[in-house]
Amino acid sequence: MNAKQHENERFQMRLWLAVGVMLLVFGVLISRLVYLQVIEHEHFMTVAEDNRHQLQPIAPTRGLIYDTQGRLLAGNRATHSVTLVPEQLAGGVSGVPAVIAQLQQIITIDAYDIKRFNRRLRQARKPYSSIPLRYRLNEQEIARITVNQHFLQGVRVEAELVRYYPFDQGFVHALGYVGRINDREMASLDAVNYSDTHQVGKLGVEKYYESELHGQVGYQTVETNARGRVLRVLERAEPVPGSDITLHLDAELQQKAAQLLAGKRGSIVAIDPSTGGVLALVSAPTYGANQFVTGISSKNYSKLRDSDELPLFNRALRGRYPPASTVKPVIALAGIDTGLIKRDYSILDPGYYQLTEGGRLYRDWKEGGHGKVNLHKSIVESVDTYYYDIGHQMGNEPMTSYLAKFGLGQVTIADQPEALGAVLPTKSWKRAVRNASWFPGDSLNLSIGQGFLSATPLQLATMTMVMANKGQWHQVRMIKSIDGKEVSAIKQLNRTSPITPEDINLGRNSDWDRVHKAMIGVMHGRTGTARRSGANSTYKIAGKTGTAQVTGIKQDEEYDAEKVAERLRDHGLFVGWAPAEKPAIVVAVVVENGGGGSSAAAPLARRLFDAYLLEQDDG
Amino acid sequence: MADFQRFVPDASSFLRRGPSILARSRIDLWLLLPVLGIMGLGLVVLYSGAGASQEAVDRQVLRYAIATLGMLVMAQINLREVERFVPVFYLLGVLLLVAVLLFGVGAKGAQRWLQIFGLPRFQPSELLKLAVPLTVAWYLSGRASPPSFGNTLVAFIIVALPVVLIAKQPDLGTAILIGASGIFVIFFGGLLWRYVVLAMLVGAAGLPVLWTFMHAYQKQRVMTFLDPESDPLGAGWNIIQSKIAIGSGGVSGKGWLQGTQSHLDFLPETHTDFIIAVLAEEFGLLGVLLLLFLYSFILLRGLIIAGKARDSFSRMLAAGLTLTFFVYLVVNIGMVSGLLPVVGVPLPLVSYGGTSAVTLMLSIGMLMSIRAQRTSKRLRKVR
Repeated sequence: MNAKQHENERFQMRLWLAVGVMLLVFGVLISRLVYLQVIEHEHFMTVAEDNRHQLQPIAPTRGLIYDTQGRLLAGNRATHSVTLVPEQLAGGVSGVPAVIAQLQQIITIDAYDIKRFNRRLRQARKPYSSIPLRYRLNEQEIARITVNQHFLQGVRVEAELVRYYPFDQGFVHALGYVGRINDREMASLDAVNYSDTHQVGKLGVEKYYESELHGQVGYQTVETNARGRVLRVLERAEPVPGSDITLHLDAELQQKAAQLLAGKRGSIVAIDPSTGGVLALVSAPTYGANQFVTGISSKNYSKLRDSDELPLFNRALRGRYPPASTVKPVIALAGIDTGLIKRDYSILDPGYYQLTEGGRLYRDWKEGGHGKVNLHKSIVESVDTYYYDIGHQMGNEPMTSYLAKFGLGQVTIADQPEALGAVLPTKSWKRAVRNASWFPGDSLNLSIGQGFLSATPLQLATMTMVMANKGQWHQVRMIKSIDGKEVSAIKQLNRTSPITPEDINLGRNSDWDRVHKAMIGVMHGRTGTARRSGANSTYKIAGKTGTAQVTGIKQDEEYDAEKVAERLRDHGLFVGWAPAEKPAIVVAVVVENGGGGSSAAAPLARRLFDAYLLEQDDG
Repeated sequence: MADFQRFVPDASSFLRRGPSILARSRIDLWLLLPVLGIMGLGLVVLYSGAGASQEAVDRQVLRYAIATLGMLVMAQINLREVERFVPVFYLLGVLLLVAVLLFGVGAKGAQRWLQIFGLPRFQPSELLKLAVPLTVAWYLSGRASPPSFGNTLVAFIIVALPVVLIAKQPDLGTAILIGASGIFVIFFGGLLWRYVVLAMLVGAAGLPVLWTFMHAYQKQRVMTFLDPESDPLGAGWNIIQSKIAIGSGGVSGKGWLQGTQSHLDFLPETHTDFIIAVLAEEFGLLGVLLLLFLYSFILLRGLIIAGKARDSFSRMLAAGLTLTFFVYLVVNIGMVSGLLPVVGVPLPLVSYGGTSAVTLMLSIGMLMSIRAQRTSKRLRKVR
């Protein structure tokens, strides 16, 4: 019994020990609860509220772009894309491949989609933000994802407004396009205003008017559950949509110009000389803008980039061509306005020009020459010898300063950020760039628009606008109005833009008429270089052809266009306006390796004039 | 009369006047009332935790009814009379565990269920929650106390065999609970302190070995417990969110059905393992203290029954079952409040789910039976 009692006592002791341990453990548990619920209560209360509330930015709708007639050039359309929130996937970020494989069983996801997704996954981003995996889902695909939603945690179908260009081809060099914001762009954008914006203007008008088109971001405070689903909107500040802008661009004319250049390499720029508004701006070959909006595949991109036709190259704004004979009217004006050349100055043209007896022969385009040539005939028949002569008499200075007054060598368009100024070879330019002085031969080349001089098609059109306007300048620009408010100068928008040169006042105003008359002769005269293109028109045209040499033809070498490889053929150029007395449209045409300006470029201009002046009246 | 009993009021003294209905039904009010209180509170919280679901409450009431019936039946059984069937029960349980490993069905990478033709599928590990303390008590009660080294070793093997089988399923939470229940019975069976120390040393030395045998997800849980912020969206999420739920509840809570953490799905498993976080968020510290108060009644009553039990089998069993209940409680609350690693242990009598409630109520039925056995002897003596 003693053992039994001993055993009992030990058992009772251990029960007390258990009570002690229980009290101790309960004490620990209660202390823990007091710590969490009393001492740290404020902290956890804040965290719980943060958990629940989310401030969500709402992207504004991007402003629309219309042409001068109110036709939509750039709109927005809803597309559905499937996005992943990596943090919410089964298995978290490391579960990405498994979820993509799962999705691949119900919708098509190609290697490029995955590559692009992984690239974005590596970029800096907010936690719990979604990353698009595939764009432009069709309705079937949306349905398939929705049906399987239960198994696809962290996978969402998101609707998004993305840019859409109704005229996919032929407008991209005029409008530019929007594309996904990259890291570098993000750094320079207002992070708050762009917090929900995925696209930004990359080129052209879309880029220049980014701040007008974008609008102001909105916000909503929402209550969400742990899966990020919005349960309730607590507060909302509506976004301010971007401004709609209207361009001077005429969609029909633009399309017509693009058609005219189809299959060719070149550019057409048309300007309304009464406003300076750009009516058409085409560079050929072109490419579709819509493929850039949601991200072009690198395969397609390198195809564009590596094409020897250079479709990505904006010839209208950046193509530097020798203007050739298209500058002759300006050179002639420079001569007579400075008084260095008499208005009735004439030469006897043997078909070549020599600086010194027995020296190098500077050839005229016409073998045997034009006979007796005065200023009028020199423009109508584009007599090179006449310009060698007066160019030699003038030298660099008056020629370059008059060319500058017509906008060469500088950017004058207000709202095309990519435009180049090309080269106006002043003496100081030659010293700085070539480290050489100006030689008499340079003046000869300059006088026929060859040599160091180069100009973009846009500059040629601008020069011709000033010529047509008898020296009056307008700021050349794409924009016509913003939200219905007329924009006559970019200054109104409070931003810097290229300075518009001053109007040109000639000593004698009748000199304009003298040159205009000669330019009408080019189109309608019996010997005019573009008489075939001027024939049978119901309105008068003023113009000037140009044929730019691509390579130097050696002295005494016979030139045979057929033998020269296509790429070595001359560029055909034409500038002009119509109607001649009351200019409504100015056009510059450049056809690369098209041959002569009168055969390759002038006919295109004529058809454009017809389209603008005649067909528009019908419609 | 041992010291322990002298300090405890004799709750059944009023029964001496003659056996009442209560006494004849062998029901112990001191156990039943807190159990009913916990169930009532549990249903209120469950309604909220299950997303204001009447259906969940209805099903839980049905389970409670079945479990209470089981408790009543268990209370009628004289455990001493069925003692000889205990090893059979144990062996059956172990065989079923082996069957689970061989033919079991499971979810989330663990095989825990057994689908026997014609029967609803069940977890054999639940049987062992009762079988292990019963068997150890049966084995040690017939032997000298304090138990010899050999007997102690056999007792440990009785515990270890099912624990290993369950840990292999893998179901770490249940394995720990069953292991604890067996070890408590051995402890109350008079295990010598030197063996206690030895067991602790072996345990400490065994930890690294155990680590190598653990599944990747189990290691992950331990790592997460040590540093939940290391994986705030993965394994650490549950703990972080449940701490936020508890902490944001404050002293008086956000009000019933007003918990943002639980109702906006930040908190995981709001109606099962993490239900106490819902209680803490909506009813605050006061709500949790009320629940702990009710639990402590059951624990105290269980120890009193153990202290008053006549034979060593009954008292070992009573004390072992009570401490197992306590471990349940502590592991669950410790896990939800971030004091212990996450192991899947439900909150006793509150978490949604059938099997654990039935097992727990059966063990409470055993406690009632042990108390009634002692009283009925005394009644017989008085007569």
